Amino acid sequence: MEYLINGLSGAFSLLIHMDAATLSAIYATLLSTCYAMTVALLLGLPLGFVLGYCTFPGKRALRLISDTLLAFPTVLIGLLVYAFITARGPLGQYGLLFTLPGMAIGQAVLALPIVTSWTAQAVESLDPRCRETLLTLGANGRQVAALALWECRYSIGMVSITAFGRVITEVGVAMMLGGNIRYATRTMTTAIALETSKGDFAQGIALGLILLLMAFIINLMLAFFRHRGRV
Amino acid sequence: MFRFFLSVCVLGSLALTPFARAADTLMMATTTSTQDSGLLEYLEPVFKKETGIELKWVAVGTGKALEIAKNCDADVLLVHAPSAEMEFVKAGHGTDRRQVMYNDFIIVGPASDPAGIKGKSTAEALGGIFEAKAGFVSRGDQSGTHKAEQKLWKQADITPDKDPKYFSAGQGMIATLNMAAEKQAYSLTDRGTWITFADKMGDKNPLVIVVEGDKALFNQYSVITVNAAQCPKVKKDLAQKFEDWWVAPSTQQKIADYKLKGKQLFFPNAESGAGK
Repeated sequence: MEYLINGLSGAFSLLIHMDAATLSAIYATLLSTCYAMTVALLLGLPLGFVLGYCTFPGKRALRLISDTLLAFPTVLIGLLVYAFITARGPLGQYGLLFTLPGMAIGQAVLALPIVTSWTAQAVESLDPRCRETLLTLGANGRQVAALALWECRYSIGMVSITAFGRVITEVGVAMMLGGNIRYATRTMTTAIALETSKGDFAQGIALGLILLLMAFIINLMLAFFRHRGRV
Repeated sequence: MFRFFLSVCVLGSLALTPFARAADTLMMATTTSTQDSGLLEYLEPVFKKETGIELKWVAVGTGKALEIAKNCDADVLLVHAPSAEMEFVKAGHGTDRRQVMYNDFIIVGPASDPAGIKGKSTAEALGGIFEAKAGFVSRGDQSGTHKAEQKLWKQADITPDKDPKYFSAGQGMIATLNMAAEKQAYSLTDRGTWITFADKMGDKNPLVIVVEGDKALFNQYSVITVNAAQCPKVKKDLAQKFEDWWVAPSTQQKIADYKLKGKQLFFPNAESGAGK
């Protein structure tokens, strides 16, 4: 109980004072999450749409793979990406290990199956009569696809938020690939892990509350736009 | 909606893209004790001011730090496992190993001392813990402290690994001490981290020092440059400056000056001139 109370008061003082370390952790968290989400959305949305909308041989197998990857253990992602980007690895010459972009690669790998699978799911769950009606009304294939995409915009928004939530709260990949370097790759989550390992539980709780607050603000913004889109 | 989300992400990535990176950045792999004790945060600004080099570090166990260096992912090391270090240098992974400071290991345990080992020698103490089945929490992560602990068990001629009261935590030193406090068990720790821990726990600290001052408990820290012949990307010149800086008298004085609750955490002992 004492930890929680200390954490709460600590969170307020951290928020008010905003020291360099906290700001830098917030910055690193947002930046790597943005990198990762950009990649995941740019690749995952078209992929998911094709997977859900089109019919082609091998589609079910692809869906199965994509769904399996949803359960990809994050430490394994970290380990695999680590092997690729270490100086001795195939991508070693780019010096990505212990940098934000390196960390973002791991986070993008984490987010990609979520975006792909759930986009496919959203497209599949559209009312099939919609397509038939459009076709009988004389719409061509491209128009039908565009309308299908438009119809599931809210589901795709939710998919994005879910993936975003997974990525921003991720700690294993960030610790392994980022290395928790102060003022560089220390994110909110790895900072919490560090404070806990240092025995500073109150500080950890304070950082956790700030992370929660960040997630809340981002969701609030999205909810606002969603509401406006409906009116 | 999702287009909005996408554009936020793309714009965000662009807007947040880091400012031009500092040219002179040195990457260090180190042990958790130097970070958790606050020593690095204390020394880093001084280093930057005096040499203009920005120091970044990943704090892991010594074993992992050596692995990171073997993969060429760091330029320098600050670690504390002499025999593993010498092997590392001998295998050609590192050069120019220099001793920079020391502190000592201590055995801590519950104030009630259930194994009755207070003030005994290290080997007797470990034997006592083992026989009394009093419980021992080990780092278990191939860190410098863990390596030292393994050596001590070996010297006491005990193989504790399979003992049900031997807990291998696989975590950092303070997390391990927390576990020992929760389980009312003994543990081996370096003095620097112990002082940090005791400071944080205050009056509620259930652990006390039971064994200290034994010669076997000496804990030497060294810096090593990663071998540029094996890792072409290593910033050799910066690493050289880094090593010279650690052994310089003014830095050594600063190490001695670093205190927590009035207690000195690390004792400088660099040899004058370039040691190997």
